[in-house]
Amino acid sequence: MNEQTDRRMDEIIGRLLQAGVILAAVFVLAGGIVYLARHSTPVTNYRVFQGEPAELRTVPGILHEALALRGRGLIQLGLLILIATPIARVAFSVVAFLYERDWTYVVVTLVVLGLLFYSLLGGHG
Amino acid sequence: MGALAAGFLGALTGLGGGVVIVPLLTLAFGVDIHYAIGAALVSVIATSSGAAAAFVREGYSNVRVGMFLEVATVVGALVGAALVLHLRVSVISILFGIVLLYSAYASITDHAHSGANAKPDRIATWLRMDSTYPTADGLENYHVHGVPQGFGLMLVAGVLSGLLGIGSGAVKVLAMDKAMKLPFKVSTTTSNFMIGVTAAAGAGIYLSRGYIDPGLAMPVMLGVLAGSLLGARILAGAKVRVLRLVFSGVIAALAAEMIYKGLK
Repeated sequence: MNEQTDRRMDEIIGRLLQAGVILAAVFVLAGGIVYLARHSTPVTNYRVFQGEPAELRTVPGILHEALALRGRGLIQLGLLILIATPIARVAFSVVAFLYERDWTYVVVTLVVLGLLFYSLLGGHG
Repeated sequence: MGALAAGFLGALTGLGGGVVIVPLLTLAFGVDIHYAIGAALVSVIATSSGAAAAFVREGYSNVRVGMFLEVATVVGALVGAALVLHLRVSVISILFGIVLLYSAYASITDHAHSGANAKPDRIATWLRMDSTYPTADGLENYHVHGVPQGFGLMLVAGVLSGLLGIGSGAVKVLAMDKAMKLPFKVSTTTSNFMIGVTAAAGAGIYLSRGYIDPGLAMPVMLGVLAGSLLGARILAGAKVRVLRLVFSGVIAALAAEMIYKGLK
């Protein structure tokens, strides 16, 4: 029935995921290089849990750190892009199902999308 | 590097790399389990998205089934990530071990996978989940079954994912393979596809709580990504039986160590 649209949708989703992951990897790698270049002794203590500083926890904070070209900020931005990739995939699926007039799945996908936004933005505890 | 192997195994078995990453970081490097879970969740997204990109284009995964079940896994992940604050490290370790042991056990006990599921299921038909997948003899039709059971298992999978930083691929594959009777390769790839979304829900919360450390996540993510690309390339030609054996052997060994560490 909608087999062809489904196929095409699959293909676009595949590319979207790929692009997101590559972009994220580039930022993480760049941040990693900066980070290692500035911290020649990377013996951070991970045995004791302390939690990250506030500027590495929120979306605006991370953007600010990354724009300042700080290594940790850049890595964190890459990770943020990585987290955003599946979210973008879900958002795209909403459009694709709308296009197919598949209302059941439009609703299903919107529910998933809403929950994801809640976790990333509203989930600040 | 260990992260490379984890990504490779994760993609190959539909597990997600987290199952290997958390024990590796906590047992071998002595990293606190909260940091380990944060790094693992990130790597899980990388594995999932990296591998899913390749799978989706080969026409293996079932986007409708995936999307429907994601409602369950995402809700579960939010619950799991909220729970992690209230549990002690030893409890998390033991739980992790038990989950791993169960997955190893469940994956070897069932040999009789009914390939011929001729009858369509009412709910699945209504949700238009039936689809086709590529085999040696061209495209083959399959029907989806047990939607409510699958949905319930996915809730559990989501909680475990948010709680333990794993993709819960094991539980997802079980739900789709056993309860919903999807062909094995379809369930592994669809699960891989869903894992990214589930992990993103958990990771959002972990990030805002400060559980994701850039210095730790950086090598883990890059290593796992490289490994998962290799794994996805091999799956298309791999034998299902070998996959299952690799899958159960590795996780059983890790499970024993996690429980031992939790009890100490």
